[in-house]
Parts: sequence; structure tokens; C-alpha cells
Amino acid sequence: MPQKKFDQFSGSSDYVISEALKNAVNVSIVLQRPLLVRGEPGTGKTLLAHSIATSLGKKLVTWNIKSTTKAAEGLYVYDTVQRLNDSRFGDKDVSNIKHYIKLGKLGQAFTAPEQVVLLIDEVDKADLEFPNDLLNELDEMSFFIPETNETIAAVHRPICIITSNNEKELPDAFLRRCIFHYIDFPDPELMEEIVKVHYPSIKSALLKDALDSFYTLRKIDDFRKKPSTSELIDWIQALMASGLDGKIKEGEIPFLGTLIKKETDVDYYVSHHVRKKPGTRGYNVYGN
Amino acid sequence: MFTNFYYTLRELKVPVSITEWMILMEALEKRLINNINDFYYLARAILVKSETHFDQYDVAFQQYFNGIAPPIELTEELLSWLTDPKNRPQLSPEEIAAIQKMDLEELIREIKKRLQEQKERHDEGNYWIGTGGVSPFGYSGYNPQGFLIGGPGGMRSAVRMAEARYFRNYRSDVTLDVRQMKVALKQLRQLNRVGPEDELDLDRTIDATCKNAGELEFKWKRPRKNTVKLLLIMDAGGSMEPYADLCSQLFSAANSLSHFRAFKYYYFHNCPYDVLYPDIQQRNGEPIEHLLKVLEPDYKVIFVGDACMAYSELMDQYGDLYYHGYQKMAGIDRLKQFKSHFTHTVWLNPERSALRAYPTVQLIGKLFPMYDLTLDGLNLAVKKLTTRR
Repeated sequence: MPQKKFDQFSGSSDYVISEALKNAVNVSIVLQRPLLVRGEPGTGKTLLAHSIATSLGKKLVTWNIKSTTKAAEGLYVYDTVQRLNDSRFGDKDVSNIKHYIKLGKLGQAFTAPEQVVLLIDEVDKADLEFPNDLLNELDEMSFFIPETNETIAAVHRPICIITSNNEKELPDAFLRRCIFHYIDFPDPELMEEIVKVHYPSIKSALLKDALDSFYTLRKIDDFRKKPSTSELIDWIQALMASGLDGKIKEGEIPFLGTLIKKETDVDYYVSHHVRKKPGTRGYNVYGN
Repeated sequence: MFTNFYYTLRELKVPVSITEWMILMEALEKRLINNINDFYYLARAILVKSETHFDQYDVAFQQYFNGIAPPIELTEELLSWLTDPKNRPQLSPEEIAAIQKMDLEELIREIKKRLQEQKERHDEGNYWIGTGGVSPFGYSGYNPQGFLIGGPGGMRSAVRMAEARYFRNYRSDVTLDVRQMKVALKQLRQLNRVGPEDELDLDRTIDATCKNAGELEFKWKRPRKNTVKLLLIMDAGGSMEPYADLCSQLFSAANSLSHFRAFKYYYFHNCPYDVLYPDIQQRNGEPIEHLLKVLEPDYKVIFVGDACMAYSELMDQYGDLYYHGYQKMAGIDRLKQFKSHFTHTVWLNPERSALRAYPTVQLIGKLFPMYDLTLDGLNLAVKKLTTRR
């Protein structure tokens, strides 16, 4: 067997990646273990899987987790209602249960004829026990269907990316089996690169001003939800579309709503950080 | 290979298991690691599963690979010098004026220098690190720009806590964090079948279909949902300031858990009197009499407060420090109203047992079951809230 190339993944044209994350991705590919990516919302956790899929030319299978998602749904669903219904008319072969076993996302990824990228998105949204229910399936990359007495085993072990928003503590047994990476909030230099990937034609003066105001906003600790990368990208798009080229004045942020999404945060920002002109109503006598 | 690194990590309380260590060995064997830089990131990705342990990992890495001493850490010994409080609440203006101000970076340099020079405990001086002094470093002292080392601040004017290296903020062994609180609060559930009947009841469907001679007949049932309603009432008073972070963590844990049927929160100052406030600035108060009418008795109520106040503030009709003479009844009578209205009420106290002998704490503790605002306390409280009376 030829030695697998280690530097398989090195970011894609629309995704800027840090050295540490790149290494973590490649290790998880070579060791065939799921990569658990955690970090603030809007730091590009989900996009990572898309980027891996495009740059390696593989199909992406996405399993979006919701609070009601159960682990078994990812493996397969036995459609009893359909079978009951079909049994009334006799035009289909109801004696073969296989027709009524529908594979879930995990099952699809296992049975795919070539290696796929499997994204299990926001694993922490589901019930606390959810990750534990998937331990064996992710370890062995196979599962058993009692109804048909069949074992579904991965033809090619998928590259498995799991994202989590930190909403819940994940079980230890689950963590032990993963490679872990925490996406830190990008520093201004990396952020500059990220923005340039999205808008190659952006003027540097505008970019600098925008980043300055953005990081000033992020320093305010009292926000319920701090603006994140995806909001910055939207905001810059709005700035460029409006034809503004540079000089965002301190305390006067256009299109504030694209950056700060919560009403309470906007109120807080306006009352605490916008310096009102002297003489106008509501002038802040404390000058802060 | 690197086996001692494993033990260094374990020593520093990074929860590394054999499974993970074997994965690292596998990575080494496959020659995925070419230099120390790779090793740092890969070993971290494989061995450490939470950013809260990154700090300990960094320390272990430095210890093992550089053989150099870790950055000066404020040791347990040093912290224990500083634990016994000596309060000097008042300084004369001249004294205050005499305290020279230094800027933050200067302070950091200075604290390291003095830590290296200092060999023993020191109190009430003006140079060494200790308690009650006017040196810029230490505990309970006064210096307008001083460092606060360990413990709560007497004067609260320290520029910044020097309790830790930068990363210690992320460590979970220091305080309980939002995730852990959520896990605890998550236990607060009572599953009842509510809402529209949109879940297929397979057993009854089969029964009905059989009775119907094979003609398909569907039976539906209501899905199980959590019916717990939570009412969080927090003290936002001055004496609670040291615990502001802890309280806001509890708040955000409860607030972001979408799993309650209803979640309401209010603030009070010291003791609930006539009104509760929907905001921390304590404006637009809502009369408790009204609230007790509109909030159903099956709300689970969690009070958060230190329960420390003057005896009169709790027991006197006009005990409220802020609205002299307008009060309808004493704080304690208000609390009794809560007790009789709601079926389940607990009190979480961030102040640990030291102050539990305080008379008002005792009185309130008799009314409501009182628990520490720690993970264990929260778990006990949640258990209390879910038991039938």
C-alpha cells in the first residue's frame, strides 16, 4: 500500500486555514478518526468541511443535528407506516423488509462507493446522550440492522468532521475517540487574509478602517452576542455595495444592524459608545 | 517514547487517557510529526479535548521539552499567605496621595521581580507582597492601581487580578462554567405529553388496524415535552458584586437552554421588597403582588443571593434602604408570600459556608432550602426542585 500523503489538505481558495487546524485535519484523515471542531459561532466550523470536500474533490454528506435528532436516525429508519400502507394494496412486495429500510446520513456515508466527507453539524444541539449513542458506529464505522440481519460497514471510512458550539458538555468517552481542534477567534492579520479571500478587490483603506471598528466592537464585553467573522463579511459587503471608501468615523458605524443582531446590544452600544453632539437632546453629560 | 510527557500531563491534571496516548503513538509511527512545532499542535489535538485544559498543556509542554522553569506562578503557598483578611478600610488622604501610581506594565515587571526577591510571608508593609499593606501588590490593601492577588479585594480598586497567568481564565477547575451549569439545569425537567397529536402511536395503530380487519387506522399521540417553568430571581446588590460573573454565568446557562417551557428572571437589591426589577439597573420595577397573581404556582423558583443584610433590612417593615417609608411589608413577609405561593423554591448562595452563621442567612435558610452556588449545590437544588412535596 502506498504511503498516504500527509499534506493532503491545505485549505482551499475560499477558505483560509491556520497551521494548527491544517495539521489537525490531516492527522484526522490519516488516523481515520473524527475531527471535533469547536469554537465561537461564525468562525467557519461548518465551512471547514465544505472546504475539505472541494479541495480533495470528494462528496460531502451533511447531517444537521437538531434538538429532536436521535442517533438511530442517522443510521437508518424502518418505515413501518409505508409498509403497513403498502400491505393493503398488495402491489408491492411487503415481505422484503429491505425495501422499507431507509439509510440515514451516516448509513449513506458508509455505503458510498467512494470516500466521502461526513459533516455532523452542531452535535451539541441534540440530547446529552446523543454522542454516546454513536460511539461504536463512529469507532467501527459499521452498524447492524436487526430487521434484515444485515451489517452495514463502511466501504471507505469517511473523513468525519464534527462541529460543536460548546452549548453542552460532550461525554468523555466520545471525546477520547476524537481529534480535537478549538478554532480561536482570528487575529487581525488572519482576518485581513480571510476578508481578502472573499473580496479580493477591497480597498486597503476601507479594510483597515472596517477591521479597526470591528475589533473595537469585539472588545466590548457587555454584548450578549459579539459580532463574528460571518457578520464582518456581511458588513463589509454592505459597505462596499454602498460605495463607501474609507473613513469610518469612531462611534459612527454604518449598517450597525448587520454587525450587531440583538436589540439589547444595539441599545447598549448606542447609549454607551456613541458620543452624541453637544446640545442635542440626550447629550451624555458624563462624556462616556 | 515521550512517556514522561504523559505523566507530566497527568500530574498537571490534564485528563489524558491511554486511548488517546496510543493514538499519538500511532501518529508518531506514521511519521506525521517532523518537528517540535508539529508535535505541539498534533499532541494537543489528540490529547487535549477542551480549551479549558490548554493552559495546563502549555505548562506541561514547557516543563517537559525546555527543561526550563514555568513562568512564575503564584503558588499555593503564596495564596495561603494572603487568605487571612486584614482590612484597612480607611486611609487618610495624605496616605492615598503618597501612594505612587505605576502603570500596568511596570506593575507586571515589578511583581515578578519582587516575587523572586521575596522569600517569606509579609503583612502590612509597603513594599513586599502581603496583606493589608500599601504596596501595589497584595490583598486587602489600598493602592489605586495595585494588583489584587488572590481572594476578594478589600477596596476593589485593583487594576486587574494577577491571580493567574493569562490562560487560567479558561481553566474549568477554578469555577464552574456555563456548560456545566447547563448540564445541571438540564436535569430540571418533567416530561408530559403536550401539544398537538402528531406522533404516531405504533402500538395502538396496530391494535386498531387489527380490530379493523386489516383496514389501516392510524392512532396519534402527543409528543413528550418538558413542562418546567423556571423563575430566576437574582440579587444584584453591592455585596453581590464579587459574584457578578458567577451569577451572569448561571443566567446565561438558564437563558440559553431552550428546554424550559417558560423562563422568567428578575432582580432585586439585598432583599425583595415591594417590587422586582426586570433589568439589572433596577428600573421599571414590577409589583410583587401583581407578579404573584400572574405567575402560576408551578413555576420553579430559584433565588440567588448572599442573604447577608442588616437584621432590620429583613425584619422591619421600613427596612428598605432606598425607599424609606413607602414599603408595604417587611422583606421577610415578602419571602413568606413567595414560599406560600410557589410549590418549589430554593435559594442559591454564592457566599460559601463562612458567612452562614449570619442571622439573616439563618432566617432565610429556614424559609427556603439553601445551597451553595457551586456545581454540587446546583445539582442538589435541581434535585430539590424536581421532587414532589
